Amino acid sequence: MTLVWVAAYSMLSAGAALAMVRVWLGPSLLDRVVATETLLAIIAAGVAVYAALARDSAVVPVLLVVALLGFVGAVSVVRYVGGMLLMSGDDDGQGAGLPPAAEQSTEGR
Amino acid sequence: MTAVQTVLDVVAIAFLLVGSLMALAAGMGLVRFPDVISRLHAGTKPQVAGVLLITVGGAIRLVGTPVVWMLLLGGLLQLLTVPVSAHMISRIAYRRRHVRRDLLVVHEAGFLGLVGPDADDPPGDQPADAPRDQRDRG
Repeated sequence: MTLVWVAAYSMLSAGAALAMVRVWLGPSLLDRVVATETLLAIIAAGVAVYAALARDSAVVPVLLVVALLGFVGAVSVVRYVGGMLLMSGDDDGQGAGLPPAAEQSTEGR
Repeated sequence: MTAVQTVLDVVAIAFLLVGSLMALAAGMGLVRFPDVISRLHAGTKPQVAGVLLITVGGAIRLVGTPVVWMLLLGGLLQLLTVPVSAHMISRIAYRRRHVRRDLLVVHEAGFLGLVGPDADDPPGDQPADAPRDQRDRG
């Protein structure tokens, strides 16, 4: 049983650490949104793994909260970026202060 | 411990481990893939399949307690909400040109029947390109 604990949590924490690397590196806001949503899903999975392995039913409401928080957070940040796109006069949002898009590094190919 | 209980535990633990493996694969995909949409492809795997497998495994382990349905409701809510948020992220990523269009194999959203120099990079998919009264407010 200890082996199951170690195996499950080592995989979950490695995935969470790699998602944190993507939050750190970016490069864009949307990359960070994707990585944060994945990180929240991994946290919810970790809570559920604890509930399952310890047969502890007290932490299950936390899973619901984390799952819905990830959805609301991602949707609100994405709508914010979309609103900045509409406000800026140019086509990729730099007029409203967004950083250069990922595609621009490949434009001179 | 009865034999049925042992079999159920083994099935539940297999579900938990496969779901955890999904999380690891998602982390590797997030780090290695080149643009927002392919990272989204990797990142939504544990959000749907991983959490669903783990909640089903947890429900098998916790069967008989009152929280089983709440656990399954968590998995169901992930199943309903993750496609919505992933769709919104990918739509904005496409409009903000965070998609490496040189890596695309099929570019269905870009096909507007254009020929000539605009065919690779059609102008009509950016919000600022639309006529002002027809702009998508989403």
